[in-house]
Amino acid sequence: MSQPSRPSRPETVYFFGTCLIDLFYPQAGLAGMELLRREGLRVVFPQNQSCCAQPARNSGYLDEARAVARRQIETFVEDWPIVVPSGSCAGMMRTHYPALFEGQPDAERARAFAGRVVELTWFLVHVLDIRLADKGEPVTVTWHASCHAMREMGVRDEPKQLLRQLSGVTLVEAGHETECCGFGGTFAVRHAEIAAAMVDDKVTSIARTGASAVISGDCGCLMNITGAIDKAGRPIVGRHIAEFLLERCHGA
Amino acid sequence: MALETMPDGPVVENPAMDKGPDFTQRAHAALIDPGLRRNFRRAMDGLMEKRAAQFADPVAWAALRERGAQARAAALARLPDLLEELEARCAANGIQVHWAETIEDGNAIVLGILNHHRARQVVKGKSMVSEEMHLNDHLAAHGITAIESDLGEYIIQLAGELPSHIVMPCIHKNKDQIATLLAANIPGLGYTEDVAALTAAARRILRDRFAAADAGISGVNFAVAETGTLVLIENEGNGRLSTTLPPLHIAITGIEKVVERLDDIPPLLALLPRSATGQPITTYVNMITSPRKPGEKDGPAAVHLILLDNGRSRVFADAQLRDTLRCIRCGACINHCPVYARVGGHSYGSVYPGPIGKILTPQIAGLDVAGDLPHASTLCNACVEVCPVKIPIADILVRLRQEAAQPAGAATPAVKGAGSRRHIAEALVWTVWRWVYAWPWLHHRATRLLARIGNWIPARAPLLRAWTRNRTRPHFAGQTLHERARRAGIDHE
Amino acid sequence: MSDNARSRILARLRAAAPGPVPPRPAWTPPTYLAEERRARFIAMIEAAHAEVHEVDQTTWPVRLRSILANKGVRRVMTAPTTAAGQQLAAVWADLADAPALIAYDQPVEVLKPVLVRDVDAAVTMTRGAIAETGTLVLWPSPAEPRLMSLLPPIHVALVEEWRIADSLAALMADESWAAAMPTNAVLISGPSKTADIEQTLAYGVHGPKELIVLLVRDQEAGAAAV
Repeated sequence: MSQPSRPSRPETVYFFGTCLIDLFYPQAGLAGMELLRREGLRVVFPQNQSCCAQPARNSGYLDEARAVARRQIETFVEDWPIVVPSGSCAGMMRTHYPALFEGQPDAERARAFAGRVVELTWFLVHVLDIRLADKGEPVTVTWHASCHAMREMGVRDEPKQLLRQLSGVTLVEAGHETECCGFGGTFAVRHAEIAAAMVDDKVTSIARTGASAVISGDCGCLMNITGAIDKAGRPIVGRHIAEFLLERCHGA
Repeated sequence: MALETMPDGPVVENPAMDKGPDFTQRAHAALIDPGLRRNFRRAMDGLMEKRAAQFADPVAWAALRERGAQARAAALARLPDLLEELEARCAANGIQVHWAETIEDGNAIVLGILNHHRARQVVKGKSMVSEEMHLNDHLAAHGITAIESDLGEYIIQLAGELPSHIVMPCIHKNKDQIATLLAANIPGLGYTEDVAALTAAARRILRDRFAAADAGISGVNFAVAETGTLVLIENEGNGRLSTTLPPLHIAITGIEKVVERLDDIPPLLALLPRSATGQPITTYVNMITSPRKPGEKDGPAAVHLILLDNGRSRVFADAQLRDTLRCIRCGACINHCPVYARVGGHSYGSVYPGPIGKILTPQIAGLDVAGDLPHASTLCNACVEVCPVKIPIADILVRLRQEAAQPAGAATPAVKGAGSRRHIAEALVWTVWRWVYAWPWLHHRATRLLARIGNWIPARAPLLRAWTRNRTRPHFAGQTLHERARRAGIDHE
Repeated sequence: MSDNARSRILARLRAAAPGPVPPRPAWTPPTYLAEERRARFIAMIEAAHAEVHEVDQTTWPVRLRSILANKGVRRVMTAPTTAAGQQLAAVWADLADAPALIAYDQPVEVLKPVLVRDVDAAVTMTRGAIAETGTLVLWPSPAEPRLMSLLPPIHVALVEEWRIADSLAALMADESWAAAMPTNAVLISGPSKTADIEQTLAYGVHGPKELIVLLVRDQEAGAAAV
């Protein structure tokens, strides 16, 4: 399930914006693309992209999921890496598309597509070997590890490596850092009470670090965690890692 | 737990599989019990830490796990042949083998053997399959007393409860709750929270039960086809006592527990206790290959092995679902499940809680009965990451969600109760979603509109109401990333 | 009922498409150098709450008497026809205040009351031991029955150092276990224990509360067979 061994540095990459970023966090998507462009890459954002189809797939609606997944496969046609600012959407496209299309006429195409999918922080670290110059004020942050980034994409230390490059940023590990925040897509509303118990524990762990910001690489987790933080009235901000890195490097 | 009168028998504990509150209601009751949540959290944190220490070397773990998964997959690949080989070897060794299609068959076979030997007092080693069969209730209804001898099982038997964990059955109970229970049930024992004293009292009373027992009943961890050997692992010694001291031993196992060769046992043994409790090995590994032979001074004169199907052959029929049967019942998936840690074992309403229960119970009981369980997961994959035999639990959860929601009508559906959870409204939502997200023209317009008006959706809208119970509402951005990327001049083809 | 059930279950299993038999991947259990092996065995079994005493082939019965005296042991069960049982009987016969010996020389049906309640300790030999996990390997026999290592509160096990194997896998392969398994083979890695009450460890819940390992040093002459 881990990502391919270091591909050579491409000239052009696709950017897959994800449906949550599209509607709720466009600044995170723009920041992700800007980080890539600053490294001299040409970034292509196909306007016909929409959603990785994970919501339907995880709900057991495979025909519906396939129809939407197929749209992505037909949109990202060139043989460029597809950079995704979400471990969860990347995990869906990279690890689940092959099974989703097994036995379908376009199975081979789906496999090829899946092979081009990379998670943003992994790409920044392993392909671009990015060097970040921090221009921000000193700040203490904590990291929330997304389940699918870790367990489907094998992305564990890469985001923290990026945060540790920032000289003004102190990274404090939260208790139960690798435990699920309780989002789980439809789980958050289908089992609202269990999800609430999970995210409340997550927020407590985050608050205990004393950090003023929680950084994550997945907007689903972020929406869940910051929603609970705000509801509890805690003075902690949530940021997608792309947005946070870009802010720091511009000198916020 | 509710008592219920079964139509054909005495008052028995409701296994809570089919009637009464569903998962969500039971989970809610557990969530508002802070003591219960603390008990589970503390216990699970300790277990996760101990397991991690056992598999600190990722390379060694990967190699061992690969071998363990292979041993189980290879056994399933040849399951019918291996069962016949096991039966033949056991018979040659003097162990009598019985086949049970249902739990009713299994219970009847046990009763028949016990009656044949005029056995009235039975001691039991820990056996999840016997829990699955509700064997104790069946025997009690026929005048046979079956005493659980594993300390945890003994405690929940006294409390009239089901196990809340497959390895640590009374993990939901506090020391003071156990102290009260034992003081009320063991003559001469006053209230004490001293664990050594409680354990000594249980030893005393159960030692008498062992001495008086006419038969011992146990589970099986692995049945080796090559040699006809039953492997049982445990820490307490009650398993060895149940299978050695009484003159009759009845072992009960699911048909999937067979392995091909004796040399499959060392890797599986290196995985099971370390995954379960973080121990390098259990105190006892008991390998039974025959009844007492002439000249031997102890051991049961008769050993019986019952092979229970109870829906397993149906699970086996589907190539993807078959992987469910690799399970070696270590409970690591349970220990690492963030949902289990919050709601505890009884919420699942089945003897198999947690992730393995979420995939096994709906397949055995049917999706019409337990179809809510596959949704009780965030698909976080914590279980998949630690499963020592690489069961793709998350993929099977999704498959079961699909089976439950598909239009009914297949003549022989892969899973019992397929289609029983289909809701028209939900299906309609996904149909609309599909059109919106598969058609760029529609997608652009719908998302542009939603980005602008989404913040005006009334807070009482169903999904939003559930979301905002303990979170603020998500903020729609006004403009989509599609729009902003275009405006920023980012190439789009 | 059972015959029909058997054929129906097997028929259902055979009706399903047989899966591919996955090839056996490379897996090698840990191996140890000679000096590591002994140290690993001792460290592991001590970590599991066993007591280890290094003893000589000739003097262990004397040593055992003092170990047991400190524990107030008065009645010790032995296997009278094994080498260890005979050596113990011979040495203790000449020792003042040695515990009484009770022989496991009759079927359990006769000895049950004594075994269940009236013995403080039992002494057994071992077929081998395992360094990786700190484990004793016993193949009970007519001479040395199964319950000796299980019912008395203290189990004393003699382990000859040269018999310590690296791993269970190595032992099974070297001794070709699969060719002839005994009625009962048992691996013992510490005294009986439970953690069922709030994960608090307690010993002796059903089996021995104490496990005493007498590790017999290798003789100069080399491995002495039993």
